[in-house]
Amino acid sequence: MMTDLNKALIDFCLRIADNSLIHAQRISEWTGHGPILEEDIAMSNVALDLIGQSRGFYTYAAQIEGDGKTEDFYAFRRGEREFRNKLMVEQPDNKDFGFTMMKLFLNGCFDYLMFRDLMKSTDETISGLAAKSIKEVTYHVRHAGDWIVRLGDGTEESHQRIQNSLNELWPYTNELFEQDSVDALLISNGIAFDKEKFRDEWTKMVHEIFAKATLPVPENNTYSPTGGLKGIHSEHLGYLLAEMQYLPRTYPDAVW
Amino acid sequence: MESNHQWPTWEVFTQKKQGAPHEHAGSVHAPDGEIALLNARDVYSRRQEGVNIWVVPSDAIIASSPEDAGAFFDPANDKMYRSPNFFKTADGLKQI
Amino acid sequence: MRRLVVTIILAKLIRPVIPMDINVKMDDLSEKENAFNDSIQAGKVIEPKDWMPEKYRKQLLRMMSQHAHSEVVGMLPEGNWISRAPSLARKAILIAKVQDEAGHGLYIYSAAETLGMDRSEMIDQLLSGKAKYSSIFNYPTLTWADIGAIGWLVDGAAIVNQTVLAKCSYGPYSRAMLRICREENFHNKQGYQILAYLMRGTQEQKDMAQDAMNRWWWPALMMFGPSDKESPNSADLLKWKVKLFTNDDLRQRFIDRTVEQAQAIGLKIPDDKLKWNEETRHYDFGEINWDEFFQVINGNGPCNKLRLKQRNDAHANGQWVRDAAKAYAAKKKVN
Repeated sequence: MMTDLNKALIDFCLRIADNSLIHAQRISEWTGHGPILEEDIAMSNVALDLIGQSRGFYTYAAQIEGDGKTEDFYAFRRGEREFRNKLMVEQPDNKDFGFTMMKLFLNGCFDYLMFRDLMKSTDETISGLAAKSIKEVTYHVRHAGDWIVRLGDGTEESHQRIQNSLNELWPYTNELFEQDSVDALLISNGIAFDKEKFRDEWTKMVHEIFAKATLPVPENNTYSPTGGLKGIHSEHLGYLLAEMQYLPRTYPDAVW
Repeated sequence: MESNHQWPTWEVFTQKKQGAPHEHAGSVHAPDGEIALLNARDVYSRRQEGVNIWVVPSDAIIASSPEDAGAFFDPANDKMYRSPNFFKTADGLKQI
Repeated sequence: MRRLVVTIILAKLIRPVIPMDINVKMDDLSEKENAFNDSIQAGKVIEPKDWMPEKYRKQLLRMMSQHAHSEVVGMLPEGNWISRAPSLARKAILIAKVQDEAGHGLYIYSAAETLGMDRSEMIDQLLSGKAKYSSIFNYPTLTWADIGAIGWLVDGAAIVNQTVLAKCSYGPYSRAMLRICREENFHNKQGYQILAYLMRGTQEQKDMAQDAMNRWWWPALMMFGPSDKESPNSADLLKWKVKLFTNDDLRQRFIDRTVEQAQAIGLKIPDDKLKWNEETRHYDFGEINWDEFFQVINGNGPCNKLRLKQRNDAHANGQWVRDAAKAYAAKKKVN
């Protein structure tokens, strides 16, 4: 019989893993289609980091759940309502480099602060995964931040485009900080930490770059898309999963 | 078409491990030094090839010409005494 | 008069990186060229600032830019399966592999730039359809097994080529090839492993693998180019040690290496005439369909239009990004 704490731990791992995987799936759409060869390589590196993170957290969840579960089970055999990623990362990039960088930056700053806390987790696997991930995320934030500054303070067109991306994605940032009973249980056991506590720091972090990029930050909106924690997503996720999962779903007995 | 409007090139030097010299790895295109550094990291350290990177604008490198080779390098030919192997030491004697 | 004509031609052709000798006479030129040829025969490696015959520079530039274009266009057929890779491990390996192709394109463009042409100019030639790239990338990747076949056969053929190019007479090209060869072995192995897994899987998977083999085998053989009798540039390139073996030699080497690998995992090579020849100590093989090769090279392959469109779209989509970074750099003069 699994304890409530273990159940919560599995949920917690899947949330992080799903978020990284769906984000990676979007970013890897750029491999072969970037604005310049150097960026194809850079974005592929980011996608690889994120896939690595998702594999780490999936594997830990599988280990706790037992029952023959694997990282690929979680990635390829669960449906739309079971994925726990934030809505921001599943939004399609439509080959808009600025949009991709904005997503990477907003989510990356959050992940950076989250992993910084998790390095102090009483769960050694979690703290280990966090210590590895934070190095990668630090680089993502620098890369994306550099680009946001250049696009914001570049040409008139680039300024307008990256501003549009910011305006479009800003409402999704509230969801990053959402927590529920899963978090509460882990927080009380010293495994996870209250995300609300670093919200101000996150705000300062992103505002600093937006100031450098000459981008005014949108007013706090009344409407924030949400639902990831409950597996209620935008329509985009269904298509993403249909594509990503098609081989294992079509040939359920096959080994690849 | 954007010929002649490309980002400038930067020469990349990577240091394999702490204490080793920086060696030329190749070049990247980048609009400025910061992006050049990131691009160099992404392009030339995918397989843990380095612990430190330099980037230098390609046009900042002054190279000697093939025609200079004689005047530059041949005069060292007859000065083998600069090489420690030039000096014979008695067998069994330890070097400092 | 004759001397004047030569002077004008030289002034047009020779770029400023090459010391310009405006008083050069016909005799001097051929003398220089002879000395150049001799030094190559003696094993000298040519560096960018060394004097070189214009034909050597042009042939190299053509060959290197085609090679770089091939790496970059080569990202597309495999990139097509990144979003559908059947496991997280396969997805990561495929991204890393396609990413390497970008890297390899970049190394070769860099090496080619030392011959005096900007990368952006080479890319313009690719995008306008003026420059060629390897015909193999104009074939579609229809199933996951194609990713295995490309890694194993296409990268395998490329490795045979590139291992030899690593010893070519032009320093920057040879150095780029050395680096690429170091990185590329993993490509070949991951492709072979994909097929090996399929061949020990379900019947559907085996069929998928054999089907990929049937579709990629002949195009892979074509990658070495037409027989040297019909390859217009071969003689010069061999003389200058830009090429060290003929197309036919390398093709044979590839076939000899590959046949046993296919047999080891139970794949059948789609060639009834394929047979070990005890006398030559090589495999004999059937006739290559060179009509198909020339059709594809000349733009009529299954994916020529799509590949060029994908490259052009990526370039156009990125224009505002490249412009923005340039504008920012100009504003800040950051270093």
